[in-house]
Amino acid sequence: MMFLHSAMERLANTEWSIALHESQYAYSIVESVHVWALCLFVGFAVLLDLRLVGLIFRGVPVSHMTGRILPWTKVGFVVMVISGVVLFYAIPLRTYHNVFFRVKAVLLILAGLNAFVFHNGIHRRVSDWDLNLPPPRAAKLAGVCSLILWAAIVFSGRLIAYNWFDCGKVQPALVSAFAGCTPDMIDPYQ
Amino acid sequence: MLLPLFESLEASAIGEAIRNSLWLFPIVEAFHLIGLAVIGGAILAVDFRLLGLGLRSHPVARLARDLQPWVLGSIVVMILSGVPLFLSEAIKCYYSFAFWTKMTALVLAILFTFTVRRAVALAPEGRFSPVWNRAVAATSLVLWSTVGWGGRWIGFS
Repeated sequence: MMFLHSAMERLANTEWSIALHESQYAYSIVESVHVWALCLFVGFAVLLDLRLVGLIFRGVPVSHMTGRILPWTKVGFVVMVISGVVLFYAIPLRTYHNVFFRVKAVLLILAGLNAFVFHNGIHRRVSDWDLNLPPPRAAKLAGVCSLILWAAIVFSGRLIAYNWFDCGKVQPALVSAFAGCTPDMIDPYQ
Repeated sequence: MLLPLFESLEASAIGEAIRNSLWLFPIVEAFHLIGLAVIGGAILAVDFRLLGLGLRSHPVARLARDLQPWVLGSIVVMILSGVPLFLSEAIKCYYSFAFWTKMTALVLAILFTFTVRRAVALAPEGRFSPVWNRAVAATSLVLWSTVGWGGRWIGFS
């Protein structure tokens, strides 16, 4: 993984990365956009999940939720990804080695898999159970998994800001290994 | 006049405990953020519907009634997590423009949501004109967005 480390190092030395990192307002504005879009993306995903579990909008067919709410969730997701990439680009090397960033990346993959399984599985037959209460087990399971995963993603995303486990600090070996730290790395905030 | 009050709030046991802990502030803050996503979604869904977007096949009143407990519940989570965060840095908040902006917007947003917006959202279909619905939704979006942005910017100041 050393080659990714050097790639992040090169990224960190690009003009735009330094400009973002050192700007007084740009970084904060991008982060505010990220937080605002969180309401649209996670907020609407939560509504869809709660419907899949059967807790809200019980009279609304699931296909109406996926047809009319999901497109907005996708808009929110695009904004989240773009603003998230910019935030990463502003602090690439430290973020790459950040434990919470790595946890978040793994959770994002799991959330993606969960959505993939739902859409290619039980949702294909949605017309058979559109208004069924309780919804089928597979739909409820997808909703619960999604709720847990997105809450954990928000949680770990928020914690990326903290430098408790940065490389160069004294860490248990397991943490160092997970963060991809090597003994020669120094704490970027020292 | 308010400064001594803020000073004593900062000196409170809860404020003290959070300041002395490495983990407490970030964890409470993360819960505040999860609460934000839920309240954001619940508010946006009704505002979008008033704007003529989203779940158009269903009456606004029904969506608003369904979401009411989630709005109230997430406001409780936001207050329970927000107050300790505030107590840990009350004096900083006193001098923070973002904090006062957020609090002003929050009071207005809550008042607006539980009076005008509630009346419009729960009214029978067609009682209010689409223009009026859109104006209410836009006002709500601006007020709640200011609360969110103001909150995020407390951390930047």
